[in-house]
Amino acid sequence: MTRLSIIVVERDRDRAMRIVDGLMASGTHQVVVIAEETGLARRIADQNPDIVLIDVADPSRDVLEELALVSGPMERPVAMFVDRSDEQMTRAAIEAGVSAYVVDGLQPERIKPILDAAIARFHMFHKMRAELAATKAALEDRKIIDRAKAILMKARGIDEEAAYALLRKTAMDQKRRVADIASQLVMAAGLLS
Amino acid sequence: MTLASLRLGYVPLIDAAPLIVARELGFAAEEGLDFDLIRLQSWAQSRDMLGLGAIDAAHMLVPLPIAQAMGLGPDFPAFDLVMILSLGGQAIAVSAALADAMRSNGYGFGFDDPVVARDALMAVAGGRLQVGVPFPFSTQAELVRHWLRGTELEPGVTIHTVPPPRMAEAMAAGELDAFCVGEPWASYAVESGVGALLLAGRAIWAAPPEKGLVLTRQFANTRPEETGRMMRAVWRACRWLDQSGNRSMAAEILSRPEYLNLPPELSERGLLGRLHVTSTGEVRHFPDFIRFHDGAANFPWRSLAALLAQRISGRHGLDATMAMEAAKTCFRTDLYRDHLRSAGADLPGASARIEGSMAHPTAVASEKGQIILGPDAFFDGDTFDPSFPSR
Repeated sequence: MTRLSIIVVERDRDRAMRIVDGLMASGTHQVVVIAEETGLARRIADQNPDIVLIDVADPSRDVLEELALVSGPMERPVAMFVDRSDEQMTRAAIEAGVSAYVVDGLQPERIKPILDAAIARFHMFHKMRAELAATKAALEDRKIIDRAKAILMKARGIDEEAAYALLRKTAMDQKRRVADIASQLVMAAGLLS
Repeated sequence: MTLASLRLGYVPLIDAAPLIVARELGFAAEEGLDFDLIRLQSWAQSRDMLGLGAIDAAHMLVPLPIAQAMGLGPDFPAFDLVMILSLGGQAIAVSAALADAMRSNGYGFGFDDPVVARDALMAVAGGRLQVGVPFPFSTQAELVRHWLRGTELEPGVTIHTVPPPRMAEAMAAGELDAFCVGEPWASYAVESGVGALLLAGRAIWAAPPEKGLVLTRQFANTRPEETGRMMRAVWRACRWLDQSGNRSMAAEILSRPEYLNLPPELSERGLLGRLHVTSTGEVRHFPDFIRFHDGAANFPWRSLAALLAQRISGRHGLDATMAMEAAKTCFRTDLYRDHLRSAGADLPGASARIEGSMAHPTAVASEKGQIILGPDAFFDGDTFDPSFPSR
């Protein structure tokens, strides 16, 4: 069986490396990473790949859409993966954040292991990103609650524990998050000072 | 009362205003809806998310659902366009090198005369032109093709897809000689000093349909109550956008970090029809540069679907008759009538017309008596009769 030529379009170097590692573990392929948006269409055409993998949300996807439509007599027709696979696989891929463009006529059993590997890697990034965002939000929440506590302690002459209890009680009465009440208080205090 | 939440996808452009205004000014809430607006990065992403049910509706290029109906996309459930969101809003730009050469020849950058602009461009292009458009199925691609068809330059024209935020960069890198794109990206290129504006899209075709509100047919048919509410909220936002004096406020809202994240001064140019055509600040006033409502702009004429389908089918070797039939089915004039009558929309008597036949605002029969349609002529007098499509 001939080796498959795969292109990964990804700007982030670390991310690209990990995707390549995942793909190499799924079989013997030739994998090329394109990190630049400049001349993307030409670079891909030069490589004449069997499969192109790209983040679902990458703005350059529309360039690939154009390549997928080109099917002059001299070009290899490229079909979108979603055209030719079972819907479950497509959904899994897009939910994981990867879209794949596959050359027409490539057998599904050759595509599947590559897509599985790509989906697994993209899933991991997705999860990491979500965790990072959650951590950041939690940090922001804590900062704003600390500031609100300080304002209450100063204005009402109470200690930290009492200040937090007050915030929490207000939040519960209003059916809101403690951080939301804190941020309102901080904003109001800013207006008054 | 809790609001029913709907997820709407949009690509950050000034013509996303109807969805953003519907949310921010409470038109959605008035209909008992909470619009969860999802910012998307590409048209392919918008299509995929709608096709897989990750969003309920999308702000989408008008030709995109037509291409889907013709089988030129992934195998998704059918899409329907339930209303037009905007006409115009596109601009054609040329590189600084071409602009300089045109200026040396005495061209004045009038922004509104396609024939003069085309002659001036052909005199300096050297028989070749690399043109950027945002997507293979876009009104921008149709405008460029229509403008240059039948000219000596036409054989030397290559059209490429370039993501709008990258247009300026691609032009600076010498990949593009010209592009046609929706605002604010044309103005952004002018601000970056890489090009000059040559023409408004509406100078080529007075009513180029730009974006539409697109749903899956399944959603539109099985959830008529929410579909109607969504359409009325967006329709009222469109009406608000065309009431005088509201555009500056719209620019402020749109420019916020969570939406376009741009200086309001930049988004305002297209919305007010005051475009800086060069980076030295030459301003051209183009009234109605973009239209969201007036002149029955929101009505999804089936003849328009047929026109676009005919043009696309010719380039992809598909049967034109079948393409036009499929396209007409996905422009839901029936839903437009059913859902917007109660909001006070006056509705034209017919659902198709001869496209390109009106050089001026024209009164036609409507359900309430008469309705004024905005002009829709092509600069070269071309017309399209859906009953007798000649080419």
